[in-house]
Amino acid sequence: MPVERELTSRTSQNPAAQPSRRTEAEPGMRPPVDVFEDADGLTLLADLPGVSKERLDVRVERDTLVVEGGLEIALPEQMQAVYADIRSTRYQRRFALSDELDAEAIDASLKDGVLTVRIPKRAESKPRRIEIRSQ
Amino acid sequence: MFNSLPGLEGPVFDQFRRLQEEMDELFGQWAPPTGIRSLPRGSFPPVNVGASPDKLDVYLFLPGVDPRQLNISIQQSLLTVSGERRLTADEKANYYRQERFSGEFNRAITLPEDVTADGAEARYRDGVLQISVPRREQARPRQIQVR
Repeated sequence: MPVERELTSRTSQNPAAQPSRRTEAEPGMRPPVDVFEDADGLTLLADLPGVSKERLDVRVERDTLVVEGGLEIALPEQMQAVYADIRSTRYQRRFALSDELDAEAIDASLKDGVLTVRIPKRAESKPRRIEIRSQ
Repeated sequence: MFNSLPGLEGPVFDQFRRLQEEMDELFGQWAPPTGIRSLPRGSFPPVNVGASPDKLDVYLFLPGVDPRQLNISIQQSLLTVSGERRLTADEKANYYRQERFSGEFNRAITLPEDVTADGAEARYRDGVLQISVPRREQARPRQIQVR
């Protein structure tokens, strides 16, 4: 594989060819999400390919929902990169929650790299239909 | 380069951290020459390709699809993966964000010419499709003895 080897050695020797190294806290990749609301609560769907249940962390910090995941794929020995759209191993995204949501009752599930988070509304916050009386 | 996940400790996570570092080292430093069939950043699905002496591994980040519905083909050294991820919106719900890809996709990846479709295999795990394509014997590095 002379081509790949040359590519690897060239990129590692020429600092200008490298993507800039970030020194501050690495925020990771921002996964795409869908967010929708119905009468009983909010649902968040996030694409987290390569994240297993063991590498996923969904938590509420004060009033912020935090989604973090570590990407893990099987890498054979002696592998060299030929092409890479994904150049990070960490996903992270945060969402501010509001008072009418019941953070204690959040439910999360993961299937085939798609995270589903259900955030119910507090019972007293569910919309009530207001009847209009005819006079 | 990447901070480890907070609150995760123990030998399993040390191992994972090592794996993360390996992957960061492998794919994080890669500088792109633009391929003729490459798609703009943000296209679905993202792809990584790694080369080993005996095979090429192509990783397609394809969450939430049925792997049996994918069309995967190799013609000479051109690997094509096409399929569909159709997300159905809940009509009664009020949508705030719809960032996730929905629709048909098609990615063509040019592999080095020494690959052979015979013996290629694909696995789907945690939303990542990994296609391993063997390389022909003569392309592998050979040890040359000095007599």
